[in-house]
Amino acid sequence: MEKQIYLDHASTTPMRPEVLDAMLPFMKEQYGNPSGVYKLARKARAAVDESRDQVAEILGAESREIIFTAGGSEADNLAVKGAAFANKRRGNHIIVSAIEHPAVLDTAKQLENYGFSVTYLPVNDSGLVSLDALAKAITSKTILVSIMHANNEIGTIQPIGEIGILLREKSIPFHTDAVQTVGHIPVNVDELGVDLLSLSAHKFYGPRGVGALYVRRGTRIEPLINGGGQERQRRAGTENVAGIVGLAAALRMSVEEMDSTSKRLLLLRERLIDGIMQSIPNVRLNGHRTHRLPENVNLCFEFIEGESLLLNLDMQGVAASSGSACTSGSLEPSHVLLALGLPHEIAHGSLRLTLGKGTTQEDVDKTIEVLPGIVHRLRQMSPLYDEKAVSPIGQ
Amino acid sequence: MTTMGKGTVVVAMSGGVDSSVAAALLKQSGYNVIGLTMEIWPVGMEDADGGCCSLDAVEDARRVAAKLDIPYYVVNMRDTFSEEVIQPFTEAYLEGRTPNPCIMCNRNIKFGALWQKALELNADYVATGHYAIIEQDPATKRYILKQGRDQTKDQTYALYNMTQKQLAHTLFPLGEFEKDEIREKAHQLGLPVADKPDSQEICFVPNDDYRTFLQEQAPESHRPGDIVDMEGNRLGRHEGVAFYTIGQRRGLGISAPEPLYVVGLDVEKNQVIVGSQTAVFAQGLRAVDINWISIPELKEEMQVQAKIRYNTKPAPALLRTVEQGVLTIFEVPQRAVTPGQSVVWYKGDAVVGGGIIVEPMSS
Repeated sequence: MEKQIYLDHASTTPMRPEVLDAMLPFMKEQYGNPSGVYKLARKARAAVDESRDQVAEILGAESREIIFTAGGSEADNLAVKGAAFANKRRGNHIIVSAIEHPAVLDTAKQLENYGFSVTYLPVNDSGLVSLDALAKAITSKTILVSIMHANNEIGTIQPIGEIGILLREKSIPFHTDAVQTVGHIPVNVDELGVDLLSLSAHKFYGPRGVGALYVRRGTRIEPLINGGGQERQRRAGTENVAGIVGLAAALRMSVEEMDSTSKRLLLLRERLIDGIMQSIPNVRLNGHRTHRLPENVNLCFEFIEGESLLLNLDMQGVAASSGSACTSGSLEPSHVLLALGLPHEIAHGSLRLTLGKGTTQEDVDKTIEVLPGIVHRLRQMSPLYDEKAVSPIGQ
Repeated sequence: MTTMGKGTVVVAMSGGVDSSVAAALLKQSGYNVIGLTMEIWPVGMEDADGGCCSLDAVEDARRVAAKLDIPYYVVNMRDTFSEEVIQPFTEAYLEGRTPNPCIMCNRNIKFGALWQKALELNADYVATGHYAIIEQDPATKRYILKQGRDQTKDQTYALYNMTQKQLAHTLFPLGEFEKDEIREKAHQLGLPVADKPDSQEICFVPNDDYRTFLQEQAPESHRPGDIVDMEGNRLGRHEGVAFYTIGQRRGLGISAPEPLYVVGLDVEKNQVIVGSQTAVFAQGLRAVDINWISIPELKEEMQVQAKIRYNTKPAPALLRTVEQGVLTIFEVPQRAVTPGQSVVWYKGDAVVGGGIIVEPMSS
């Protein structure tokens, strides 16, 4: 079996060995329930407290503003449903961007069944929301705005800080899904001006099954999970101590290495984009060229389906994805690419390559080497393809 | 990619016993095997039970692929399946015909869209768990489709549309086995699906209730009209011709001295025509959309065995080419010749060809 080239870091990342080392004691000898009164419990409680302090400090928040959850999707659900239910006396209007992760988008859709009305804010052709459009969408009934920090498919980074200023003036609670950015680019809740912020440990080399929601002091949310009084009555359930410790350890290390890693990945990203676009005709880069996560590449190859491309890459040992990997290997045209205004058949042909700290220049070069052959062969089979045809999408 | 001596084969895995064992047998005999499951059920129907490609079936297929340690992919063919199978299925009923969706699926999906996927994966062959045999005739060099050894499971009827090119690149590893042997093999291999019951129904029609399915898919199918006898006398009312098939006796809601059967569906007049037992029998039929397998074309009359639906025995008949299609003239009149179904002709255990029935012929 040849070496696997892993280019799907936006879907999940390999856990750092140091993170596992930090977690292991809490799965073995330090097994206490933090709610207990005895020494074993106090050790566990101290570990959770310390982790909470570290996460808060990195985000520029207070410890009491951090709620640990079972992951990014739960954090998004808690933010959107929690704020909607807590504010329903003030109004019933929610604004989300059209390119949110399904954890926000489908949650908003579900709220429509419970009497809330939702505005799905369009984006421009590089995936940016417009502040003017947002300002116009706001009504006296608006009780929540949720706009993701960076998109998981195309890597476009939104002007969250500017949006935050606008919403602060109007005193409207503001949530951002920062699952793709925390640990990758600087995230400070005050600079972003957000009241709610979701993050997930396994996106920054931490364990799966643990995430967090930042809730600004004074922002009201209803819990989704009731039970014991954990997380200040906002998220019941015995704390995942090992996971929480792992989250904090992974975040610490990612932030320490952030500068050097992101500089290196940015160079690799540009090498990958240039290499592919120079060797293959009729390719389009999706998303914004500069307001973009340093590790994200998202391309459309005209005349072929992303699905076939992925399967062929897999057979060549390259792990990639087409948009969101959450739909179990089966592909629908991406709602994000459709929102950019791409036609249905082109949105089908997308490929997402996301780099990570383990990615080498050799990996990038190997990918640039195998891709043209696959694309050429698939295009030869495509009834739509004519080598002399002028590209309908430019480049 | 490294391919072993025998080449790469994409196996269409449904999650059932047959395609699972097919994949296992191919792997054992040295092929480079890739498992593929088509996602075809309409959105919102994922939880429906049974069927060859339900969500449960995909999960079963995935487990089998993991057990066999072969690459496995799920490909999205929802749109294609809807356009090429479900819509024609619905339209046929609305036009007074009784379709066979398995034949449409084999032609347009398994050996159409899935075929294309396999090519895209650089495969040399496509394989399925059908009980049938492919052989090359040493004299004519044509690829011949033959009934599998297990006559009770024979599936050649639904495969008559295969082209020579498809037959040359298709493997049916189960053709030489009996169903019981396949189950036994599944047990030996420890496949998690060894005891799954055979699927019989139409995979996209819940509970095998095509009438409810039609009403949901095509509300216009509910179009009440008259039930008339062969002289045009009104005998009762019907709910829409789409809900009736030739030969049907139950559910007519008419009391008559002798049992009455549906003998015709007239969409233009919106009439269901009923008649006596004898009126359900036809001396012959005309078929169109012909595909020949053992012969390149029919030049002169030919004596064959003709099978007019999946679960009937072939009957002796004479084939004759006419301007619009091919006539099948039976030695003995056959019951319920049904427009929309396929007729498949056999010579011995080999498929001569087949076509879609347009009309029964009385003499």
